[in-house]
Amino acid sequence: MIRSILLHGLVIAALIALEPMLSEYHHGNLARIMVLATYAVGYNVLFGYTGLLSLGHAMFFAAGMYGCALMVRLAEWSVGPAFLVGVACALIAGIVVGFLALRTIGVGFMIVTLMFAEAAYLTILYYNEYTRGDEGFTIPQSVRAIGTLDLSDTTTRYFAALTLFSICLIASAALVQSKAGRVLIAIRENEDRVRMLGFDPFRYKLLALVTSAVMAGAAGAAYAVLFGYAGASFAGVQYSIFPLLWVLLGGPGTTLGPLLGAVLMFYLVDYASGTIMPGLAALVETQFGIEAPGLASAWLLLVGVALVLLVLFAPRGLLGTVRVRMIPWLP
Amino acid sequence: MDLLSYLPFTLPHPALLLAGVLEGTVLAAVLALTALGLSIVFGIMRVVNVAHGEFYMLGAVLAWFITHTITGAVGGPPWLGFAVALIVAPLIVAAIAATTDWLILKRLNYDPEATIVATIGILYILQQLALTFYGPDARPVEAPFDFRVQTPYFGYSGYKLCVVGAAILLMLVVWLVLTRTKIGFVMRATQYDSETAQAFGIPVDKVYAGVFALGAGLAAIGAVLIVPIQQAHYLMGGDPLLLSFIVVILGGLGSLKGTLVAAIFIGLSDGIISTLYEPTLAKILATLLVAMVLVFRPQGLFGARAA
Amino acid sequence: MAAIAQLTAKGLIKDFGGLRAVDVDGFTLHEGEIRAVIGPNGAGKTTFVSLLCGRFPPTRGTIAFAGRDITATPAHERVALGIAYTFQITSIFGNLSLYENVALPSQRRVTLDGNGKVRERAMAALERVGLADRAGEIASAQSYGHQRLLEVAMGLALAPKVLILDEPTQGLADSEIADFIALIRDVAQETTILLIEHNMPVVMALAETITVLDQGRVLAEGAPEAIRANAAVQTAYLGG
Repeated sequence: MIRSILLHGLVIAALIALEPMLSEYHHGNLARIMVLATYAVGYNVLFGYTGLLSLGHAMFFAAGMYGCALMVRLAEWSVGPAFLVGVACALIAGIVVGFLALRTIGVGFMIVTLMFAEAAYLTILYYNEYTRGDEGFTIPQSVRAIGTLDLSDTTTRYFAALTLFSICLIASAALVQSKAGRVLIAIRENEDRVRMLGFDPFRYKLLALVTSAVMAGAAGAAYAVLFGYAGASFAGVQYSIFPLLWVLLGGPGTTLGPLLGAVLMFYLVDYASGTIMPGLAALVETQFGIEAPGLASAWLLLVGVALVLLVLFAPRGLLGTVRVRMIPWLP
Repeated sequence: MDLLSYLPFTLPHPALLLAGVLEGTVLAAVLALTALGLSIVFGIMRVVNVAHGEFYMLGAVLAWFITHTITGAVGGPPWLGFAVALIVAPLIVAAIAATTDWLILKRLNYDPEATIVATIGILYILQQLALTFYGPDARPVEAPFDFRVQTPYFGYSGYKLCVVGAAILLMLVVWLVLTRTKIGFVMRATQYDSETAQAFGIPVDKVYAGVFALGAGLAAIGAVLIVPIQQAHYLMGGDPLLLSFIVVILGGLGSLKGTLVAAIFIGLSDGIISTLYEPTLAKILATLLVAMVLVFRPQGLFGARAA
Repeated sequence: MAAIAQLTAKGLIKDFGGLRAVDVDGFTLHEGEIRAVIGPNGAGKTTFVSLLCGRFPPTRGTIAFAGRDITATPAHERVALGIAYTFQITSIFGNLSLYENVALPSQRRVTLDGNGKVRERAMAALERVGLADRAGEIASAQSYGHQRLLEVAMGLALAPKVLILDEPTQGLADSEIADFIALIRDVAQETTILLIEHNMPVVMALAETITVLDQGRVLAEGAPEAIRANAAVQTAYLGG
């Protein structure tokens, strides 16, 4: 327990200490990564610890994002209360989807969540008049402030993202090491046995799903506030796959895996689409004379390759492997 | 005053309705073919293939490459290019699918959840490779022949009607193969109990690779048929995937008859609704319906109890 | 012995498709007894006790526990009432430590009682089956016999009123079986035991009453000596 508190404290302290050292470019990146990692931490509670693989988490991220951004845009609320509305939207979505989707298991659960998310995505497109569909809309810099705190300022934004991430990280660590967390992990291992030990698996799965949805929603709302934009692409299938990929890479069922996975994948995609892929495209055309008109923009290729490689060769992810090989107490 | 104006909705003009039914029939035919591929793969292998739409897309893109080469570079007639594409493109797609099965799915022992994650990865790999070599543009393929069939209101593309005929013919062939031949028997034996099938000397690995190839090939044939009507584009796999999912789930997972009934139902209603009303709303309702069916009636709406 | 009815079933029927797996007119388990359920393979023993503990609902019939109708009570609530079930196929949490395996039912008991310590209760359960010194080890790394004992420890940690054991000695070595018989005698001091068992020496050593199932029906019921002498039972077992 003490080791676990020290470890998480150390990671958060490192993120604080890093702030003044970062270039403007990395500063913005890391703020974004921490918001996305918050989303992944939420995803991990459901997938990594409870063993429920959702293919529709973007609907919770989008519920937070649009719940918040539309209150600012249409009702002209200030971003603080609007953020809470976003989180509340994700909470309600989590409860409703949970009551329905948790009646299914395994592949059924995956497809039901996928379908709900697709319906949510199409709904955003359908109400184009308010949401401006794929194009999305911006939240003006002038309103992105809580009192005198200017959230569009890069340093403030960094620490706001860090605060949100830290709260969710600590909450997830506390949850999975609590009595309820013990039941969640047991459900992942063998649900039928958990039932025959006197627990109602449905209640615990609902708890995990709602917690997960709230964290995803908080991340979505924070994204809208901190980066001033809401768009339908955040509700698309891709944004349901991303947290799965980050968690798989970092290590499902490890508290710090989501952050590690999000950092690595963000920079891998960033470096590849900025440097490797255009270079490769030029090389293929000049050296081999093969036309590859789309290679420079095909960064999603990495996502596909990473998913296949992880599921084939490293289903435990990085920190999961570290736990098995070196540090068995890793939370 | 016209009594009809008191109705709470406007009746479409008969010409528009006929157009909707015709378009819906074409869509239903191609959809049935594509969904049949998904359904066979799920029915026999218990694999939910999320990359199914990308095999469809590959079929269309390869059809463009083949017809482009034959009519453009060699100077052959459009029908020749199309005929070659109709045979070669599905074969290439089937070979790619069999390789995917052998390289990836087999190594996962077809574990349901791991397989879905892997096919999501395969989806991105195929789609992005298409973007890499085919590029981001949509390109048309010329129809092999062109004549109009006259209806009371308008002339309708004879090619589109031939697509319907071809799809029905192909489905009949697949049905005959599955129910009347030794290959079909081997497939059904594998579906029933793969371990016993293995013990009786059925090469289960090869059957699985073959079934996966067949499923992908059916999607590719559907795409080659449709590509003179819709242009080939690297992102075109999304819609047929979603619609196939809807069809296969409403029809009852793994039930071939249910799949066909649902394909006709969804294809027709989608065709009519897209022609006359708001397609996005129809899709929202369809996806919600699918989710509710999985939650409350997992055996599907049209299928008998899951086989 | 005082025959207070604890767990009873009336007109209990379970159909799977067209097949009638269980058809038990009446069954009464008395408080404090050790009851064995025996019968040939496919007699419906596991299905029968699964109905009792609520893993699936009966097609018809009623089940009552301590005078209360529990036919519609979900499995997890029956466990809370005091009916514990240990699986025929070892069903432990393989990736977790032995301690975590028993901590889960201990935690449930502590929550239900509103007092006690999870750690003490879990360690006591491990102690009782002789696995306390292995508490930190991973369950899947244990020998088959130890896994069976862990399964029993998980049941004990719930401190149930009725403990249903589904073929607990299957796959155990002879020396382990002797220890197991002693353990069950000890547990029976405070708990009613319902035992599905194939191993006849174990049945004869433990059971006070034996219920024989055949093709889903109760073929005979009585004291071990009477059952041993019963012609119908012999026919069923010999396949005559």
